[in-house]
Amino acid sequence: MSPIVVECLNHWFGAGEVRKQAIYDVSLEVDRGSLTILMGPSGSGKTTLLTLMGCLREVQDGSVRLFGAELKGAGIQTLEAMRRRLGFIFQAHNLHESLTARQNVLAGLQVHGRGDPARHNVAVEHMLRLVGLGDRIDYLPGNLSGGQKQRVAIARALVSNPEVVFADEPTAALDHDSGMAVVRMLKTLGQERGTTTVMVTHDNRILDLADRIMTLEDGRIVGDQRKTP
Amino acid sequence: MTRLLAALLGRLPIGWLQLTHNRGRMIAALAGVAFANVLVLVQLGILGALNGTVAIAYAPFEADIFISSSDANTLTDGSPLSRRVLFRALSDPQVEAAAPLYLANVDWTRHDGSIATMIVYGLPVEAQAFAGSFIREALPSLAMPDTALIDRGTRAADSEALSRVSPEAPLQFEVNGRTITATGNFDLGGSFSADGSLAVSDQTFLRLFPSRISGTPSHILVDVSDGAESTAVVARLAERLSPEPVKVRTLETAKADDLTYQLTQRPTGVIFGFSVAMAVVIGLVIVYQVLSTDVADHLSEYATFKAMGYPHRFFLGIVLEESVVLGLIGFLPGLIVAVGLYQFVAGLTGLPIEMTIARATSVFSGTILACAASGTFAARRLRAADPAELF
Ligand SMILES: Nc1ncnc2c1ncn2[C@@H]1O[C@H](COP(=O)(O)OP(=O)(O)OP(=O)(O)O)[C@@H](O)[C@H]1O
Ligand SMILES: [Mg+2]
Repeated sequence: MSPIVVECLNHWFGAGEVRKQAIYDVSLEVDRGSLTILMGPSGSGKTTLLTLMGCLREVQDGSVRLFGAELKGAGIQTLEAMRRRLGFIFQAHNLHESLTARQNVLAGLQVHGRGDPARHNVAVEHMLRLVGLGDRIDYLPGNLSGGQKQRVAIARALVSNPEVVFADEPTAALDHDSGMAVVRMLKTLGQERGTTTVMVTHDNRILDLADRIMTLEDGRIVGDQRKTP
Repeated sequence: MTRLLAALLGRLPIGWLQLTHNRGRMIAALAGVAFANVLVLVQLGILGALNGTVAIAYAPFEADIFISSSDANTLTDGSPLSRRVLFRALSDPQVEAAAPLYLANVDWTRHDGSIATMIVYGLPVEAQAFAGSFIREALPSLAMPDTALIDRGTRAADSEALSRVSPEAPLQFEVNGRTITATGNFDLGGSFSADGSLAVSDQTFLRLFPSRISGTPSHILVDVSDGAESTAVVARLAERLSPEPVKVRTLETAKADDLTYQLTQRPTGVIFGFSVAMAVVIGLVIVYQVLSTDVADHLSEYATFKAMGYPHRFFLGIVLEESVVLGLIGFLPGLIVAVGLYQFVAGLTGLPIEMTIARATSVFSGTILACAASGTFAARRLRAADPAELF
């Protein structure tokens, strides 16, 4: 069963005179455990589609099913429960400025409830070491570089072993090398854990890593390439 | 602190971390909360002083029932009563005793030559049962004509010198053209309408105020016999005295009516009440400003948490956490400054401005409530919006 099923999705911004359609009749299914890359020119609707699939925006028309559950018309409790099963990595790192790397990642665990602090701590430190920040665990975001911050954000998104990870241009704020390192990390962690990943990117060099590349233009899917392994 | 809070809350103490992360902003927020506290505490203190001065004015005498002229709103503004009322009241079987109370204002020249307005309390020397505790013992000694007890708390008076006044070291002074000898002292202090008090016998009072020579008391003090219900006697006396232009109340009611009158009918009281209302409104605006700015500053961080699946009550928890921290830490400096200002104003005016535990706790809990309500209100934007709209 596909973790993500989108059918006949339409989305509009604004109301009345300024109402403008951003997504036109999009249908897609994403395979479990795959890395799907969404491409397309600026303003083509990539972020909009990603946030619709990621429960961050209300579905207006059509259908989005996550793990078999319909998001259209879903109550806030369902949405919150769904969000907890996802990992979302934003274009800007969106770390909490007053929390250390450890505390930011911990927030990704505590959303699931109190839990055992000692076990949480082990998981957090392990995750931060995995993203190569073993020596920056108690740094505040203000004292980390852009690439390091983005890696903390990745650790935060992945620490609770989400089934699906959405990443919106996770490398945009990074130089080429650290960008590639971040994407490779996402890819390996995804493969190891069987995570389904959907990533928006402009970076052509990343494409080699993808299982599938979808292209969006003016809110429509205009290309869909699968790589045969 | 962070550990303690984390253990207490069962989660990261994000409110605390957020506040302490930016010291400058936290100090500004605390200053705002402290200022709001000072504002409200000082205004309440001044209003409380009015309350205190009413209590002081009634302190020199005690009674179960208080009979006043029907046009009397405060102790000193009613017409004198006829002595007939006293005798009629005494004829009630459940009236144990009754005594006249004489009251008038007089000018007294202080040691530095300035004039003080003194309330003169006149009581029969044998009416010890009706005297306040601090003049009861000395009351019989006032049988000596033209003697008095003087208030050493009199505004701008030399209280050191007055506290040494005794039968062995009397103080002579002139009021209303008569020489009076003070043979003792007590401590009451000034009010909004007078600077101090004098206690004299009824005979001395009538000599000081010849116009009252026909023996017309200002009020009549009544004690009911053991086991009698004051309110029942009040009702019966009111009926018995009905043709007279008098009102019969328990002393407690009379005091409460007096305070209500001063608060609602007299300009000072109305202005004080208005100032308290203004202070509360300004305090609320400041606190709301502090909390809503804080929520707005962290909106995109909260949006990230919301995107991660945190429910709205998580954000309310953060806001509440910040409210308690700000309310707690901001209250103490506010309280200290307010107490300092109380002492300053009390020293300046001789008014009984004092911090009460009830006032401190109610302002404290009010502050935390206002913080929490403001934060909750400011966080409503977060509740309605999709996380994607907030980044
Ligand atoms: N909050 C919004 N309100 C109004 N219009 C919006 C909003 N967000 C996006 N749009 C519009 O919807 C369209 C798609 O935007 P979207 O952000 O999804 O594009 P994108 O493909 O992510 O672009 P980019 O590569 O620049 O990030 C654009 O025309 C944009 O102007
Ligand atoms: Mg985008």
